[in-house]
Amino acid sequence: MSLDEFFVTGDPLILGSQIAIGLTMIGLLALITYLKRWKWLWNEWFTTVDHKKIGIMYIISGVLMFFRGGVDGLLMKAQTSRPELDFLDAQHYDEIFTTHGVIMILFMAMPMLIGIMNVVVPLQIGARDVAFPKLNALSFWLFFAAAMLFNVSFVIGGSPDAGWTSYFPLAGKEFTPGVGNNYYAIAIQIAGIGTLMSGINFVVTIIKMRAPGMSWMKMPIFVWTSLITSIIIVAAFPIFTVALLYMSMDRLFGTHFFTVASGGDPMLWLNLFWLWGHPEVYIVVLPAFGMFSEVIATFARKNLYGYKSMVFAVAGIAFLSMLVWVHHFYTMGNSAAVNSIFSLTTMMIAIPTGVKIFNWLFTLRKGRIEFSTSMLWALAFIPCFTIGGVTGVMLAMAAADYQYHNTMFLVAHFHYVLIPGVVFAVFAALYYWWPKMFGFKLNEKIGKWHFWLFVIGFNLTFMPMFFVGLDGMSRRLYTYAESTGWGAWLGVSAVGSLIMAAGFAALCYNIYWSFRYAKRDAGNDPWNARTLEWSTASPAPHYNFAVVPKVDRLDDFWHKKKSGKLGLKKSELKPVHMPSNSWTPVFLGVAFGIVGFFLVFEWFTLAIISSVLIIIGLIANSFDYDYGYHIPVEELEEEEREWRGELK
Amino acid sequence: MSAKSNHFPWNLLIGFLLSIALTLLAVFVKFYTDFSSLVILWIIGAFAIFQALIQLFMFMHVTEGKEGVINIVNIVYSVFLALVIVFGSIWVLTSGHAAH
Repeated sequence: MSLDEFFVTGDPLILGSQIAIGLTMIGLLALITYLKRWKWLWNEWFTTVDHKKIGIMYIISGVLMFFRGGVDGLLMKAQTSRPELDFLDAQHYDEIFTTHGVIMILFMAMPMLIGIMNVVVPLQIGARDVAFPKLNALSFWLFFAAAMLFNVSFVIGGSPDAGWTSYFPLAGKEFTPGVGNNYYAIAIQIAGIGTLMSGINFVVTIIKMRAPGMSWMKMPIFVWTSLITSIIIVAAFPIFTVALLYMSMDRLFGTHFFTVASGGDPMLWLNLFWLWGHPEVYIVVLPAFGMFSEVIATFARKNLYGYKSMVFAVAGIAFLSMLVWVHHFYTMGNSAAVNSIFSLTTMMIAIPTGVKIFNWLFTLRKGRIEFSTSMLWALAFIPCFTIGGVTGVMLAMAAADYQYHNTMFLVAHFHYVLIPGVVFAVFAALYYWWPKMFGFKLNEKIGKWHFWLFVIGFNLTFMPMFFVGLDGMSRRLYTYAESTGWGAWLGVSAVGSLIMAAGFAALCYNIYWSFRYAKRDAGNDPWNARTLEWSTASPAPHYNFAVVPKVDRLDDFWHKKKSGKLGLKKSELKPVHMPSNSWTPVFLGVAFGIVGFFLVFEWFTLAIISSVLIIIGLIANSFDYDYGYHIPVEELEEEEREWRGELK
Repeated sequence: MSAKSNHFPWNLLIGFLLSIALTLLAVFVKFYTDFSSLVILWIIGAFAIFQALIQLFMFMHVTEGKEGVINIVNIVYSVFLALVIVFGSIWVLTSGHAAH
């Protein structure tokens, strides 16, 4: 392979990106060296096993990926803003919608949610870390290596271009030669392994490490949704792992699982993809529901209405989520019986979801609502998400779906589900839990700008898509004739996307502004909230709780706060056992990234040689006899005095 | 695992004998009967499920301890999912126009 084929050439946009990436990399390395921060980075971040730091790294990566996926979205909107534009050609447009989809779901939504789960879940259940801290770090580094691997595709080798669903036979070697789709198969595989381990980690953490007294029905609702999401991860991700393995075998080694020839079946890929893909939708949306529930209860100053029905609704959604996958391909030519059954199960999902919507509304009813920025996100979520949900029921009817299938109507629908459902939730959660992560609040005034720009932009961008979709515009169309009459709608949509981008810029500015100027006076409980994470300092100390809290009831912290039963006695302090940092997770992440890169280019000798790195990492990990260390009582006392004043 | 007990571990003995019996039965069915291979497959499959249940209840104590209920729910859910995935996929992929 010549250098000319290795780097993507011939497009000024990509050339610009290559130069920009190169300069940024050099700039970053130089800056870290100049500030002498390498050692600090290594000790405090790269080798950390602290769930809060890992969570923050997930969130930072998620924001970066949001930027990347967002730029993809803006490019698509620019190309379709007027009829017959020549801004992007068909190939480039295909690559961009593919990476947009993959990045937004797997490298933006997932790390954002898992990051917030990482920060919040152990704190909410009164634990000092997750069950397997080192495994948690490995999950992160595998995700990060995969994200980087996937992202270099557009400058090295070429991006995947068969859609985020990568349907066969198009995604097979026969119709898509080149390395683009290998990136899809390999990078997502690596990220998926990381996610699967996260799922296992959180299931064990939540089952085994809750504070004494916190029985199932005393768990905060966010912990419930995280638990159920983790269970779905454990149930659904192995399917994708297998499907991606088959895909890799087909593309790299010439097997015939999904090919048209030699007894393969392309539809088997669709079937396996959506067996994972539909539960995946609930994997991202359930923790988001949990976040909204916490935010709404806190800022309505009421306990969550119908806590038990909320738990059962989440469990019901999880159960049904595995039974609806065929609704993504009604038009594949299934028998009438198949389509009818899956129509029914799909519509049944609206029932528990409706229960949740009404629970939120009843929580708000007669509450003393405080319109903080995170509450605004939660309030905007309810109507926007309902539009997404109702159009979902329209799509659920198999007969009608023959009309809507693969039109812009569908695109509008799932953006109306995923943006309010996931992105709004992540924003609400960032504003809400920011003080617990960093010790200061994000600026509320800039937050309002962020909110209004983003929500208005979002509706302007995606509402017109419903109408062009009903008018017959199919998705993934890179250009269209003026006579279609879609120009005006899509022009509005493009303007909306710019407003949304301005909203995102406001968030970035807010983070910058708050880091520089915000007062470090958040206190342990800035929102007058209800759950355990607010009973410890902000930012949470690395040991989380000086003394593991005892729980008597739901919203225990709230009730103890009201009856004045909080406070720490000096006599209660005991040395705290903590896990030590480890270099193996980051090493294994890099190793998987290197092997993955060679596999993408089908350089098998190099791949085999470099896979020795993985084995070295595993062996080093197995012989690691470091059982952690103890924090002495004096140190605990000092740290707790700093924010509590004198101890009792 | 379970509370200390001084009486004879009948559970384990019965489980052990049943396991051996089921294994020998499977061998017997294969080598000393004239059933068609399909029938043999079904019989051995049924034995295997029994064997798994014996392991779970007699040796792995799924029902015991605080996590007993969780374990049962877990197993039932996993079996349910496996059935949905396997038979659902077969149904979906063979009943439509792939069948014609």
